[in-house]
Amino acid sequence: MHFTLHIWRQENARAKGHFETYEIDNISDECSFLEMLDQLNEKLINDHIAHPVCFDNDCREGICGMCGLYINGRPHGNDDGVTTCQLHMRHFHDGDEIWIEPWRAKAFPVIKDLVVDRTAFDKIIQAGGYISATTGGVPDANNILVPKHKADQAMDAAACIGCGACVAACKNASAMLFVGAKVSHLALLPQGRPEAADRVHKMVCKMDELGFGSCTNTYACEAECPKQIKRQNIARLNRQWIGQLFGRDRNN
Amino acid sequence: MKLDSKIPEGPLSEKWTRYKSSQKLVNPANKRKLDIIVVGTGLAGASAAASLGALGFHVDIFCIQDSPRRAHSIAAQGGINAAKNYQNDGDSVERLFKDTIKGGDYRAREANVYRLAEVSGNIIDQCVAQGVPFARDYSGLLDNRSFGGAQVSRTFYARGQTGQQLLLGAYGALSREIARGTVTLHERCEMMDLVVIDGRARGIIVRNLVSGELERYAAHAVVLCSGGYGNVYYLSTNAMNSNGSAAWVCHRRGAAFANPCYVQIHPTCIPVHGDYQSKLTLMSESLRNDGRIWVPKKKEDSEAIRRGEKGPNDIAEEDRDYYLERRYPAFGNLVPRDVASRAAKERCDAGYGVGSTGLAVYLDFADAIRRLGRDVVEQKYGNLFQMYQKITDQDPYQVPMMIYPAIHYTMGGLWVDYELQTTIPGLFAAGEANFSDHGANRLGASALMQGLADGYFVLPYTLQNYLADQIYVGKIKPEGPEFDEAEASVRARLDSLIAIGRNSQDPHSNHSVDHYHKALGKVMWEYCGMARSKESLGIAEKKVAELEEDFYQHVYIPGKPLEMNPELEKAYRLADYFELARLIIADATQREESCGGHFRVEHQTEDGETLRDDQNFMFVAAWEYQGHDKPELMHKEELNYEYIQIVKRNYK
Ligand SMILES: Cc1cc2nc3c(=O)[nH]c(=O)nc-3n(C[C@H](O)[C@H](O)[C@H](O)COP(=O)(O)OP(=O)(O)OC[C@H]3O[C@@H](n4cnc5c(N)ncnc54)[C@H](O)[C@@H]3O)c2cc1C
Ligand code: SF4
Ligand code: FES
Repeated sequence: MHFTLHIWRQENARAKGHFETYEIDNISDECSFLEMLDQLNEKLINDHIAHPVCFDNDCREGICGMCGLYINGRPHGNDDGVTTCQLHMRHFHDGDEIWIEPWRAKAFPVIKDLVVDRTAFDKIIQAGGYISATTGGVPDANNILVPKHKADQAMDAAACIGCGACVAACKNASAMLFVGAKVSHLALLPQGRPEAADRVHKMVCKMDELGFGSCTNTYACEAECPKQIKRQNIARLNRQWIGQLFGRDRNN
Repeated sequence: MKLDSKIPEGPLSEKWTRYKSSQKLVNPANKRKLDIIVVGTGLAGASAAASLGALGFHVDIFCIQDSPRRAHSIAAQGGINAAKNYQNDGDSVERLFKDTIKGGDYRAREANVYRLAEVSGNIIDQCVAQGVPFARDYSGLLDNRSFGGAQVSRTFYARGQTGQQLLLGAYGALSREIARGTVTLHERCEMMDLVVIDGRARGIIVRNLVSGELERYAAHAVVLCSGGYGNVYYLSTNAMNSNGSAAWVCHRRGAAFANPCYVQIHPTCIPVHGDYQSKLTLMSESLRNDGRIWVPKKKEDSEAIRRGEKGPNDIAEEDRDYYLERRYPAFGNLVPRDVASRAAKERCDAGYGVGSTGLAVYLDFADAIRRLGRDVVEQKYGNLFQMYQKITDQDPYQVPMMIYPAIHYTMGGLWVDYELQTTIPGLFAAGEANFSDHGANRLGASALMQGLADGYFVLPYTLQNYLADQIYVGKIKPEGPEFDEAEASVRARLDSLIAIGRNSQDPHSNHSVDHYHKALGKVMWEYCGMARSKESLGIAEKKVAELEEDFYQHVYIPGKPLEMNPELEKAYRLADYFELARLIIADATQREESCGGHFRVEHQTEDGETLRDDQNFMFVAAWEYQGHDKPELMHKEELNYEYIQIVKRNYK
């Protein structure tokens, strides 16, 4: 297969970026999107055309959340329920033009080319996205019973990989799906209840402080989330938020 | 070099308790005056830093990725072992200990493994308290599954994302300490060298991966949790950033490297399909609970499948060879990984392999779907099936999966004593980076257990024992001749790598880093992979030397050291892999026996099983670095089995 690639190039955080066009040939439809970019980089290096394109990636199997490209106007491209590294070239047609950009959000500044700074997500978690269980001195695991459907729901929410596609997809660059997923995961479990009200307060305040926008219920985030995190998590977050305003611990 | 394993006195089951009651402690007011560096934020690093921070020490923690949550541990799928005996099926600390020693083919240290089994239960308690959403049954109690090499169900899991959930638990605990100020996080920072002062580890040099600047950090102790070196083979199930360099620079500075040739090959990975391929995807071992492995009984059928004239569903039941069930009736599809991998290779080498390359076997769920229903199978393995389908474009509910063995895990690593201290005082190693608990083969679901055991429950004790005296030395500052020398040597190394391709007369003879890495991987897989012989190892040695020489003449690295430069990162990691590859080959050549993941074709039984030589090889090979061009020096730590009765490893 042959493709025309328009790729965002930006030397560093301070530099101005622009699109650069490259042609690439002989791409197998079994190869992944990132392997296609590997082949482009190999060509750029061997033919001394330009410096290779920087993009984040690590596990290449959809779990670490490190990769994330905005491809033809969609975070993680045109296949549903996958990350960029899981996207395969069989989802494109021979001769396609492909536009490749980094996540665009005030809270995720570009570092270089397609690499962005997502440490804002870590800061939101540091604000309270955990259960305070210091090592040692905890009860036997089976002393805490969790109804299976609650455990399953908690697991659904906990599957978030922190990739940031929800923010990139949102016209307001809101992080509500990401925060809602973590708040839900912990609030659905009995272990997470004691700190639930405090947690939601701290995480939401931090999110606002870091420059993420507000949620206007369009749910582009849900549509683009590679882990299919549900909008119900945002609703749960909102209930928790209102609950804590009135000093109540609302758990579902 | 002296190897003192420092195993405490007393009966096996009391050693750890005795150790803890007699070790030295640091009083609370002094803890915050002691600095610790932790390299790595995987299960081992995150759990260690969170626990040490909670105790009151000051910790600086480093990782290559943009967030601690992305460490390679995140990718672990299947589960984590613990001797809880919640299923009442006869499990115990004793049994987990014995299974692990036997699984490791009697090449691990008894005392360490016993302690691992002993603390395994605490890990599950800790993780549940943190909110890890383990699978549960309808009563709300924790559920278990079985893994290879065990006849009990002791594996806890969170769908097919156990590593992710455990790491997010540890990351939560770590985040809390970062917020409290006891831990300082340095993301996108790669350790480049270890600083040793008066024989003790006192700091590290790191490269800021955004700016390319070198930075210095000093501490009273350094803990290495940098993961395994499987990517020396280029294609493996490891993440792209997994590398051996952090351990290797410590090795260069005097830390012994143990059993480098013990590499684990995982039987169930998606087969290789093209030259551009960058990594291999694992299909979790848990699939072997319900999936049945087979190839056609008739060669004609295999050939027809390879030509694309037949599919797996065209092969009648009686024409299928469920070779694991046939050869190992007692364990069937759940034999340990090394056994299952070799059996697949044996069938494919004999001409029965399937897929277009002939290097694949089937993993079939038809029986399970019939027995349990599609829903149950989907609940248990849904995300793995989805992953398989996304990659191969085939539906495993309809057509059996195709799998083949691939490099997965490294049992070898930095040599450590009972306290997880390396041969450099003040340098500790935990998780996959050390060699400690798995002998010559690791059982499934035991790496997560080991990483968290080391971090939550072992290091917080043993590190204190070391640090108790360190309060008298005062704050360590990142200055002085040792820091200067280390930083200068890193700078020189980077500059000389970048200069290579630009010095070369003919730019067309240059190659990219990946070109060399792929070539190295091919040589290692071909001649030092699943089956090794004196002859193949000789070829490997020669080919690696040629490649390395060519690399130092023709590798071309674009860009500068002082910027974000992934090609440069790959280059310095590969430079270390060349040295490491040579050591793996030397170790494999020296070990004239077959054990666990190390299979020497000269040493096998009549029916093709591993043949150990306990008389001559019941030791840990700990290697001492002698310089870039010199062969390394081997030291032996003899293994004394006081409690375990050594037998032939038999899964029949
Ligand atoms: C696909 C897959 C599935 C697996 N499934 C299971 C399973 O089901 N059960 C099981 O028990 N085991 C499993 N394993 C094995 C297990 O996941 C690993 O052995 C384990 O997670 C390793 O943890 P770790 O903390 O030692 O290192 P890692 O998680 O590899 O972390 C290494 C850390 O070190 C950092 N680092 C490395 N070098 C440097 C440097 N120079 N400077 C700074 N930081 C550095 C990295 O950034 C990272 O943070 C699986 C492995 C794979 C590949
Ligand atoms: S909610 Fe979905 S899109 Fe957002 S960070 Fe999590 S996995 Fe990514
Ligand atoms: S590289 Fe890990 S999710 Fe894509």
